[in-house]
Amino acid sequence: MTLKLVPDNTNIGFVRMRYWAFALTIALTLGSLALLGIRGLNLGVDFVGGLTMEVEFKSPPQLDGLRAEVEGLNVGKASLQEFGNNRTILIRLPLPEGDQTAVQKVVAKVQADLKAKYGEVSFRRVESVSGKVSQELIQKGALAVLLSMAAVALFTWIRFEWYFGVSTVVALVHDVLVTLGFFALTQLEFDLNVIAAILTIIGYSLNDKVVIDDRIRENLRKYRKMDIGPIIDLSVNETLPRTVMTSLAMIVALTAMLLLGPDVIFGFTAAMLLGIVVGTYSSIFVSSSLLISLGIKTRSDASEDAPRGERIAARAERVAPRK
Amino acid sequence: MLDFPQWKIWSIMLTLFVGLAFAVPNFFPEATVANWPSWVPHKQLNLGLDLRGGSHILLEANTDDVRKTKLEGLEETVRSELRGADGGPVAFTDLSISGGVLSITITDPTRLDTAVETLRNVTRPVGSLSGQRDVEVSVVDGNRIILTPTDAGIATAVNSAMTQAVEVIRRRIDELGTREPTIVRQGDNRIVVQVPGLQDPSALKALLGKTAKLEFKLVDVDADPAEAAAGRAPPGSQVLQYADQPGVIVVKRRVMITGDQLVDSQPSFQDGQAVVSFRFDSAGGRRFAKATQENIGKPFAIILDNKVISAPRINDAILGGAGIISGSFTTESANNLAVLLRSGKLPVELKVIEERTVGPDLGADSIRAGALASIAAVLAVATLMILTYGRFGIYSVIALVLNVLMILGIMSMLGATLTLPGIAGLVLTIGAAVDANVLINERIREEARKGRGIVPSIEVGYRDATRTIWDANSLNIIVAVIMFSFGSGPIKGFAVVLSIGIATSVFTAVTVTRLMVARWLSRRRPSTLVI
Repeated sequence: MTLKLVPDNTNIGFVRMRYWAFALTIALTLGSLALLGIRGLNLGVDFVGGLTMEVEFKSPPQLDGLRAEVEGLNVGKASLQEFGNNRTILIRLPLPEGDQTAVQKVVAKVQADLKAKYGEVSFRRVESVSGKVSQELIQKGALAVLLSMAAVALFTWIRFEWYFGVSTVVALVHDVLVTLGFFALTQLEFDLNVIAAILTIIGYSLNDKVVIDDRIRENLRKYRKMDIGPIIDLSVNETLPRTVMTSLAMIVALTAMLLLGPDVIFGFTAAMLLGIVVGTYSSIFVSSSLLISLGIKTRSDASEDAPRGERIAARAERVAPRK
Repeated sequence: MLDFPQWKIWSIMLTLFVGLAFAVPNFFPEATVANWPSWVPHKQLNLGLDLRGGSHILLEANTDDVRKTKLEGLEETVRSELRGADGGPVAFTDLSISGGVLSITITDPTRLDTAVETLRNVTRPVGSLSGQRDVEVSVVDGNRIILTPTDAGIATAVNSAMTQAVEVIRRRIDELGTREPTIVRQGDNRIVVQVPGLQDPSALKALLGKTAKLEFKLVDVDADPAEAAAGRAPPGSQVLQYADQPGVIVVKRRVMITGDQLVDSQPSFQDGQAVVSFRFDSAGGRRFAKATQENIGKPFAIILDNKVISAPRINDAILGGAGIISGSFTTESANNLAVLLRSGKLPVELKVIEERTVGPDLGADSIRAGALASIAAVLAVATLMILTYGRFGIYSVIALVLNVLMILGIMSMLGATLTLPGIAGLVLTIGAAVDANVLINERIREEARKGRGIVPSIEVGYRDATRTIWDANSLNIIVAVIMFSFGSGPIKGFAVVLSIGIATSVFTAVTVTRLMVARWLSRRRPSTLVI
């Protein structure tokens, strides 16, 4: 006998709950925006430029002492952050001025000093990015996110109808904003990898929505006489086992990555994990119910307006706004 | 849907076989693979620097430099061309560069046309547009000629300077004896240098940034030292600083000879002092001999990147085409200079604008953690799938494993690079593959629940789910392509794995499982469907 995560023939009234869901979605979105405004993102050197060193100590160092120590070297204002565990510290410094070897001079200076004070330390990673490059990385990252969204909207519009395009993009904007809000809340470092994660979330969440949209379209054709509300409920319920199973598989895989994977992609994995949860929520509760609010019509509505056969009815659905 | 003609079965098997064959070398040590016969796939996956450790350096050329160099070259050409113009030398004054253009006044208005004609002949056609030249020649105020490098001309100059710069950098890095460096152009004016295994990039960077333009010029002995100290030099001369001592020296602007024709340069010792010896090729040697012969007894300056290293007196004509540069060198700096001179001068100055160095421990840790996490992810997902879908779950898991192997195989075949975000992309692909099977299996369940027979349930399940899978994956491909075109570094690495993974996961999760299901149906002819 096989395991069933979701019982057969569920009949949950998602459409009825939509106002609660909309309220929650708006609250989450506004909350994220507020967090972004107040706390802001902890942008990594990829986006603000500067020098980062990942240093591993034999035993956990005192952060305040370490900061004073590094700043005492006259290399600018240091910001420290534990990375993965409390023995590994990310030290961030402004980019040193000077010739080609200025970065190495600063690194050597810090290295010599920490070796003298803390014994064995290992410099696992050193990165320096100039302001010019970081500007470009920001622009490219933002461009990639925006273009993906635009492509998604265009594709769903062409493949389905404009209602689906709008509802999908609204849900995606929510997913992305909540993920950004999470980064503002936790102050995890926001770097290029995280942009890749956000693009992945867009891809995944989209996948979810396309599956449900596909089913709604299919049911619209199948059940001409049914109202739009029940059709959406039916479609979401029919695809529910798949939605839950796939999300669970992703969550399981990503949890393995989060717990066992390298520290460098912790932020990436955390973002993806959260994105999967948020994306699944918005697929089930928000994007499909939003179709009603956008005024999508069923075949029966449409054929009353234009009882001249299916083809015209199908077009009517595309052009006639509700009431 | 479930009928597979023989040719289809064979092509599926062949595709799988090829994909897997290319994955095989990754599971053996490099040394073992090297001994395999030549017809077996050899290529192993390239690991990114974040996984294997090493230095990544992004250099940017100053394109203003190229414009300046081009104008300076043009100034020399104009001078010599006007001297050798048809019908005798054309007299001119006020030859100067300012505001990015070269201007010159022709003294005799009747020769203006000859001058313009002569100078127009110097310009070269560039770009794809017909009639476009690298320099525009125009006349203003009756007798003044303006030469403006066109955008296309500058672009061509930048392009050739960058191609040359890549070559010079390659020679310099080879001199360091580092293993398999990657040196590629990026965009119009950038070069990426990646050196695996390099821990301390300071030596590398010291070599990369230096232009290493070597010139020999005569010292202007008549110049007034007080004027020189104030930075003023007589016409035709210029004030230069010493490389490693305070004070200035006045030299003639005219270059006796440049280091372009050097064929060799080595560090050596003379009277216990580190020096750099050099040798010209035969043409350079003759010029050097002539220049020294004409100026015996006069001091000349050896100039590197506009700084004077030393200014010895020419005691005798140097006929062999070889010489020595002495200055206050250490053994190391003499060696560095020798390397720079051997590899030739950079046509433009390069600045480091991005630099990432990953230690070998971190890289090894990342590989270990990444592999462990991937295995754990596959195991966890496999358990979940088998528990949920029974036999169909097992098929999905086989497809999943084939999928991961095929991704490795195709990446090895294409010589693609696996980075850390790439590993994360692998996990996402596992998710996408699982999703395809979940869609199919859930559809089959639904159809079976509606009371359809076994074969129709499976047929309808595959048919309906396939449409959805195509929709979803074409969208993912669009996103992956956008990531690849507009993303940078890590995002690209992720997009590569994602695009390959989407293709292989549709193949394995849809086609391969369907084949397995079809074989099972025709062999066993099951009477009940457990899913």
